[in-house]
Amino acid sequence: MLVHSNNFIKIFSLIACLILVPFSVSSEEKKFDFIETNWSFSGLFGTFDRSSLQRGYQVYQEVCSGCHSIKHLSYRNLQEKGGQEFTESEAKAIAAQFDVTDGPNSDGEMFERSGKLSDKFVMPYPNVQASMAANGGAYPPDMSVLAKARAGGADYLYSLLLGYEDPPESIKLDEGVYYNKFMSGNKIKMSAPLDDDLVTYADGTNATTEQMAKDVTTFLVWAAEPHLESQHKMGFRTIIYLLILLSLVYFSKQKVWSRFNSTTADKKEVFDKLEEIVTEYEGEDPKSFK
Amino acid sequence: MSEEKYIPGSKLAKWFDSRLPLLTLSHHLKEYPTPKNLNYWWTFGGILTFCLITQIVTGLVLAMHYVAHVDHAFESIEHIMRNVNYGWLIRYVHANGASMFFLAVYIHIFRALFYGSYKAPREVIWIIGLIIYILMMATAFMGYVLPWGQMSFWGATVITNLFSAIPFIGESVTTWLWGGYSVDNPTLNRFYSLHYLLPFLIFGLVILHIWALHIPGNNNPIGIDVKKNKNETMPFHPYMVMKDLLALLMFVIVFLWFVFFAPNVLGHPDNYIEANPLVTPAHIVPEWYLLPFYAILRAIPSKLGGVIFMFAAIFILMLLPWLDSSKVRSCTFRPIYKKFFWVLLFVVILLGYLGAKPPEGVYLILSRLATAYYFIHFLILLPLLGRYEKTDPLPRSISDPVLDKPSVIDKLKKAAATYEGGNVGSFK
Repeated sequence: MLVHSNNFIKIFSLIACLILVPFSVSSEEKKFDFIETNWSFSGLFGTFDRSSLQRGYQVYQEVCSGCHSIKHLSYRNLQEKGGQEFTESEAKAIAAQFDVTDGPNSDGEMFERSGKLSDKFVMPYPNVQASMAANGGAYPPDMSVLAKARAGGADYLYSLLLGYEDPPESIKLDEGVYYNKFMSGNKIKMSAPLDDDLVTYADGTNATTEQMAKDVTTFLVWAAEPHLESQHKMGFRTIIYLLILLSLVYFSKQKVWSRFNSTTADKKEVFDKLEEIVTEYEGEDPKSFK
Repeated sequence: MSEEKYIPGSKLAKWFDSRLPLLTLSHHLKEYPTPKNLNYWWTFGGILTFCLITQIVTGLVLAMHYVAHVDHAFESIEHIMRNVNYGWLIRYVHANGASMFFLAVYIHIFRALFYGSYKAPREVIWIIGLIIYILMMATAFMGYVLPWGQMSFWGATVITNLFSAIPFIGESVTTWLWGGYSVDNPTLNRFYSLHYLLPFLIFGLVILHIWALHIPGNNNPIGIDVKKNKNETMPFHPYMVMKDLLALLMFVIVFLWFVFFAPNVLGHPDNYIEANPLVTPAHIVPEWYLLPFYAILRAIPSKLGGVIFMFAAIFILMLLPWLDSSKVRSCTFRPIYKKFFWVLLFVVILLGYLGAKPPEGVYLILSRLATAYYFIHFLILLPLLGRYEKTDPLPRSISDPVLDKPSVIDKLKKAAATYEGGNVGSFK
């Protein structure tokens, strides 16, 4: 009659399934069979592969940044904990490679100076219209949160970079349009950006297309979520803490409730019932029985 | 319900309490008698209070950094995520908190449906609760617009356009809501203002909701009136406080698991693309908690009809205490209603699933059937069941079911034995 905690767990998990099934079904439909690879940052303890992040920055800088901006990153982010962790002098040197428009100065003029750590990543085009004009009408999306803005995230980006193929005969492509099996509609205005040995890695890693795709995807995940490492670390600690607290509260609750369960109330209940039954049996005033 | 009157312990307490009875109130909250057979489905009231406070506190901090302007809103969210100390944590708690709030409120509502908690004398609690739910949906919808992503913009466009279906004045109403001729900066500003206001209205209504609850006291899984004696109730503190705390901790663990390890799984990726009035997303979908109503909206072939049915789906619940005429509250003793309860739950989840699908082909047929069933449940099945359903016999008190347990019968026999001198067989 009473719904006990076992039932509660059963029903709760049933409802959880009912809710989660449509979720998983709907996300499954969108998913293509992405190219599988292991990401160091996935899972409960996921952290970024530091050298992969550094290589990824190099690929972004040498290959992507000609068209794609990352307007929400600053050069200082490159030396922050949980990112590339370049030393301060390295990061300063990177920033100094760029020319930044600053001003107005005391004469009211804008001027160019070399980049500082506090500067945002320099954008390849002054505005969206300029970027579209230079790219055949297609807007190369800003990459700040790109990894969060596409269903599939890192897997999607990685697969897209490796998904260029010759089109099937049934598909005619216009000039400046390419075939990619992971792009929705299969048509993409970006030509295959990566090719073996397109960059020369400073750390001597063999720059295969797969390696570069993996590195730059790692970089983009970090760019979208620069605090991912501390998020995972804090999450793990918090959940452990809560589990310990939960068990303490569980035993306290049992202790507190045992006071109620075993005391007079239950006994009195039984005796009340007893009285009734005896009354029925003996057909007498229970008072006399007592 | 038995509850001892508060007697102030000191002269000062007496002086103060006779002028503002806060001490009486806190005594009442502590001693408030709750039925001893409440199960864990009754802990969601406390969980919801926690959710509301979490949303208000995190929202306050976010408001210190957010910029309500079409040119800066998206950027200010990224500023919070990247540069504000623990801004990512505060924002993810707030965003996932909305989902968790709705998860808890749906459990709370379906618990009330299962155990008949909306029936006399608790109709007012139920109606206040529904008003809170409606305000929650409005608040969540406007909150989702604030990051000014693609789904923010197009969701706002779709929902505000619904009002244009009102005959004659629809167009003017929509323009008035927008503060212009399309969803734009004035719309964002007023949504921000209202998103800040509504939670405090909700907070006020929550107080009324609890106040109204404390007049008749809690319903319980058996659904019969609890006897006014100490055997059937226990004081709220420490018993219910400990139980609520235990349930709350379990809930918070699930909540924080989403926050730390899957913070974006309940949102839509398109909302990380800055709003662009010139590019329409392939599928415009609201957040998951609004999907059942979205499915009803699209199931009806006419726009005005869809809007009417969608609002009717919510407001019909307000009539529930009168549509369900059965005197028996709890599903436990209503074998037929119990089956229909589970069907209704399935249909609502199905509607949610269909709301995420394009309105075409088999999805459209299914959402029409499900919509029809939703209304049939409330308008036809419930009144008929109230009249014709044969309910199981009710126990005389919430202690009665205890006697079903063999262990208690044994105890009883033993007790009897001590009185009767051993011959227990004859006693039975």
